[in-house]
Amino acid sequence: MTTGLNTLGKIFLRREAGIAVMIVLFCLAVGAVKPQFLTLDQLRIILLLTPLIMIGAMGQMLVIVARHVDLSIGSMLGVSAMVSGMLYRYDATWFGLDIPWWSGIPISIVVGALLGLGNGLLITLFRLPAIIVTLGTLSLYRGLTFIISNAKQIDRQWIPSELKGLSQTSPILGIPWIIFIAFGVALLTWLFAMHTRVGRQIFALGSNPVAAPLRGIKVTQVTLLVFAISGALSGLAGILYASRWGFVNPSNTGSGFEFQVIAAVVIGGASINGGIGTVLGTVLGVLLLGCVSAALPLLGIPGTSQAAIYGAVILVALVIDRTVRQRGIVSLKRARA
Amino acid sequence: MSTLDTTPPQDTAPVRPRWQTLLIRPETMTLILLVIGIFAGSQLSPFFLDVSYILRSFTLYSELAIVALVLTMVIIVGEIDLSPAANMALSACVFAWAQASGVPIPFAMLIGLASGLAMGALNAFMVIGLQLPSIIVTIGTLTLYRGLAQVLAGDKSIRVPEWFIGVDKIMLAGIPLPVVLFIVLAIGLGIVLGGTIFGRNIYQIGTNEIAARHAGIRSARIKAGLFLLVGLVSAVAGIMTASRLGSVRYDIALGGELQMVLMAMLGGTYIFGGRGTILGTFLAAWLLVIVSTGMIVANVLPAVQLVVLGSLLIVAIIATNLIYSRTQR
Amino acid sequence: MTDTTAAAPLISARGIGKTFATVDVLRDVDLDLMPGEIHALLGENGAGKSTFAKILAGVHRQTRGTLSLNGTPVEVSSPIAAQKLGITLIHQEPISFPDLSVAENLVIGGAEDGWFSRVPWAEMTREANRLMDLLGVRIDVTRPMRGLSIADQQMVEIARALASNSRLIIMDEPTAPLTPREVETLFTIARKLRDEGRTIVFISHRLEEVRALCDRVTIFRDGNKIATDSIGNLTDADIIRLMIGRPVKEYMHKTGATIGEVALRVEGLTLPGVFSDISFSVRKGEIVGLGGLVGAGRTDVAKAIFGVTPATSGTVSINGARVSITDPSQAIALGLAFVPEDRAVAGIFRTLSVEQNISVAVPKQIAPGGFIRRAVERALGEDAVRKLSIRLASLRQPIGELSGGNQQKAILARWLLTNPSVLILDEPTRGIDIGVKAEFYSIIGELAAQGRAILLISSELPELLALCDRVLVMSEGRLTADIPRAEATQEAVMSAAVPRTLAREGVAA
Repeated sequence: MTTGLNTLGKIFLRREAGIAVMIVLFCLAVGAVKPQFLTLDQLRIILLLTPLIMIGAMGQMLVIVARHVDLSIGSMLGVSAMVSGMLYRYDATWFGLDIPWWSGIPISIVVGALLGLGNGLLITLFRLPAIIVTLGTLSLYRGLTFIISNAKQIDRQWIPSELKGLSQTSPILGIPWIIFIAFGVALLTWLFAMHTRVGRQIFALGSNPVAAPLRGIKVTQVTLLVFAISGALSGLAGILYASRWGFVNPSNTGSGFEFQVIAAVVIGGASINGGIGTVLGTVLGVLLLGCVSAALPLLGIPGTSQAAIYGAVILVALVIDRTVRQRGIVSLKRARA
Repeated sequence: MSTLDTTPPQDTAPVRPRWQTLLIRPETMTLILLVIGIFAGSQLSPFFLDVSYILRSFTLYSELAIVALVLTMVIIVGEIDLSPAANMALSACVFAWAQASGVPIPFAMLIGLASGLAMGALNAFMVIGLQLPSIIVTIGTLTLYRGLAQVLAGDKSIRVPEWFIGVDKIMLAGIPLPVVLFIVLAIGLGIVLGGTIFGRNIYQIGTNEIAARHAGIRSARIKAGLFLLVGLVSAVAGIMTASRLGSVRYDIALGGELQMVLMAMLGGTYIFGGRGTILGTFLAAWLLVIVSTGMIVANVLPAVQLVVLGSLLIVAIIATNLIYSRTQR
Repeated sequence: MTDTTAAAPLISARGIGKTFATVDVLRDVDLDLMPGEIHALLGENGAGKSTFAKILAGVHRQTRGTLSLNGTPVEVSSPIAAQKLGITLIHQEPISFPDLSVAENLVIGGAEDGWFSRVPWAEMTREANRLMDLLGVRIDVTRPMRGLSIADQQMVEIARALASNSRLIIMDEPTAPLTPREVETLFTIARKLRDEGRTIVFISHRLEEVRALCDRVTIFRDGNKIATDSIGNLTDADIIRLMIGRPVKEYMHKTGATIGEVALRVEGLTLPGVFSDISFSVRKGEIVGLGGLVGAGRTDVAKAIFGVTPATSGTVSINGARVSITDPSQAIALGLAFVPEDRAVAGIFRTLSVEQNISVAVPKQIAPGGFIRRAVERALGEDAVRKLSIRLASLRQPIGELSGGNQQKAILARWLLTNPSVLILDEPTRGIDIGVKAEFYSIIGELAAQGRAILLISSELPELLALCDRVLVMSEGRLTADIPRAEATQEAVMSAAVPRTLAREGVAA
């Protein structure tokens, strides 16, 4: 174990510290121009921008750590949101079973998990690269959303008000339930990634996919699990989309989600080569993106430029990663022990 | 064939007969699917047997097909580029915005082409200069370019002058100009890829880049050149789209990257590099047009079309991978 | 040495045979491995010793024959099954998960616990530290595996074998990348494990190490087990005779060549962290050897000269003229050729045809106007096949289907087409049968006789001594010796190859 001083030094060299510093600097910079950026109310706004991305990023982090990429998360979000949305609508108008307001949550999660499992099966059974498979399922699942909904939107009236309340009511400090859910997912992901055997196997798999089967790791099963988790979390994000925005639309819901999530994960320090990634880093990446998104309207930058900014952010994060990792200044996260 | 002495049985495996190597390849699969597609299409509607109908339908996809040809070379060399569709949109927006601001059309076109080239250069810099994985870089640049197009054009359509519209109406020997360009480019690139050292090098780099470098092949230059070429051709395609549609919006070719990759995969291009042909992509482009047009004629919902395309992509890579893994002992 | 009178074997192999495609690599091997012994497997490349070890370790399944563990027949179906049976294989280049900590690498994948069971971090660290202490090694178990020296990585693999309570530990050529001090540490640990009653199988080429460490020896040749005996009963000459069946000297000869002017001169070549201040010259007609331990930086020097990873300072001169080489294409244009060490990684295009592989370095010859003339390419290929006696079914077939020796010949043919004045060969006969090796030696001699300058990088001392006019030696990035043929002996080369701070002792010659 290292001495106290040494530990302090190591803390500052870590990637997560760097992101935290960037967040602080960015907020101070914006706050200097627009002081209202540094209020508690603003914090609430920032946080409200993040829960869906936070949840999606947890799943994508695991996928990237396993040395894959999942481009279909936005479409999986759409399908699972739509399934629950349609359930609410048809329950109200047709079967009249009076299903509880929260039933969309487990349903969306299960739907998402099944879709994610579909991705995983294609990748493992046929040994296909995840990037291309999920490029295909991105369209496939988006098409499914249209088909099952008959291209019709699920309007506000059909979404149960208690569900919408998750994004509005708050147990404490005026911070809505949805944010607690998001951080809860982050906490669970941390426990899973650092403290369960299969979580560690995911890191091992990404670190050396060739060695993994030789060491007794069941590669197929672990890969299926990772994609199922990614799907399940997309599903959760889907039902929370309905909660947050109050409607589900076949073409918009989840569209572009994957890029925001990948941006957050890449900023957070996960390596595209697998084996490296932390929950803390990913959370900070999400928060940084949230701050940037919140700052845009305040600074008068039109919302249409969001996509461009996300793209630029991904590229900048990659460049920083490359230059910093090459110099070995910020070393890999100190392996936990 | 060639000289040889008696080979002890344990030294090498028997060579496969020539007809086998010629016929058992993904391009054959594509050709068969194309024939089936035309046949199925003709059952749906007699239009499918009308050559000019097919040619006119092709013009809708000609821009994507043209870029797909060059994209094939990028995939064979071992990289991938998901940004061309966004490049098309941004180049078109730059071009349209320039000419709407009063710049004469020829100069506006040059500016559009230059921007496409610059986008290709950014990709090249990050992938080859900074040694970053092309998949994630081009996801980033695709987002960036599409976003910039959105910033430039907002939600509006920018019109182009009347005389500029209608490149797809120009006929050469009864074939629309865009299709002619596609065919000419396919022939040209096919010859380059199949018969020149440059083309041979592309296959070699895609097969084993380290060995290629050791053998004196300038892989960095070749890869960078391909990214620049994709950028330039995407800009050309974007401007062609502007002419065909009559106006430019930020969402030109939205989702086009899927169709381009699909054409390459359906044509038997190996996603891991080292294998693929222009002929395959050429056939696959026609196949995709038949399938897409057929779906429209059959009144299939756009949503279902998406499903079909996504499924096709998955099936295409499964099939291609199977064929290639079987020929590798 | 344990008392063998009443001891039962730990592992018994009977009639083990292995066939890959149509090739028999192992035939009818009977062998008993006793508990509490260090047992060496000796033999030339391709003799079958590695294959046999891999069968024991579950990497391959035997085609014929049976294995018994403590008298009970067993199936070693996979490496994990082997681990469960108490058999561990330590690879020469250890495989690990570089981003996980040392402690994690010791246990990952092994446990039977369920997926969602807790990871006992504190316990893992304690256990890892205990194992490191047991081995007498000081490694921080909390650090990632990435960046550990090969010696340390081997220690971790051994610790892993202990963690899973292995009774049989197989070490596959472990000492090649180690310094003598590290070798001594390894031997001490091996002896300690032996005294605990475990069995160590030691695969090696190095007779002096085998003699220093091992109790019994089994010699393989051409897929057969030739003999098993206590090390004390065999002299080196006996062993060599059993390994090759005939004295080695017959195959080594050096044809006389007139040595001319300096063709390649290197001065002060430096690449920080890899090699520094390398200066030497090679004359026309001369064969200069470059010896040293694995990791001394020899390949890096070659890659620097050839432009693959250029040096940061220093100069290279070709035929007296200073040149700047930053890319292999420049090197080729200047008359250099480089046959790389690992042909699978840096040499062949596995799925492309043999003729394409041969012609790749001479594009101007096969495509003067940019368009490839297949007839010319075919002619070049046929010429190469004839000159080097390459065995293949067709020039059109993928080069991956050829045997290792023929692949290497094709690579050599590739470079000969460029008519180089300076030829750098990096371990050209690695992984090649002794018969083909002899062919290579005469080819190399002929090339020198043609007036080319040859730099021969090799880890095989007999090869260096037999072929070279001078032997350069590198150690830890520096040039430590330039030994003329007359004074070159295995001891002289080895002592220059050893890191300077350690005197070579304890490992008997």
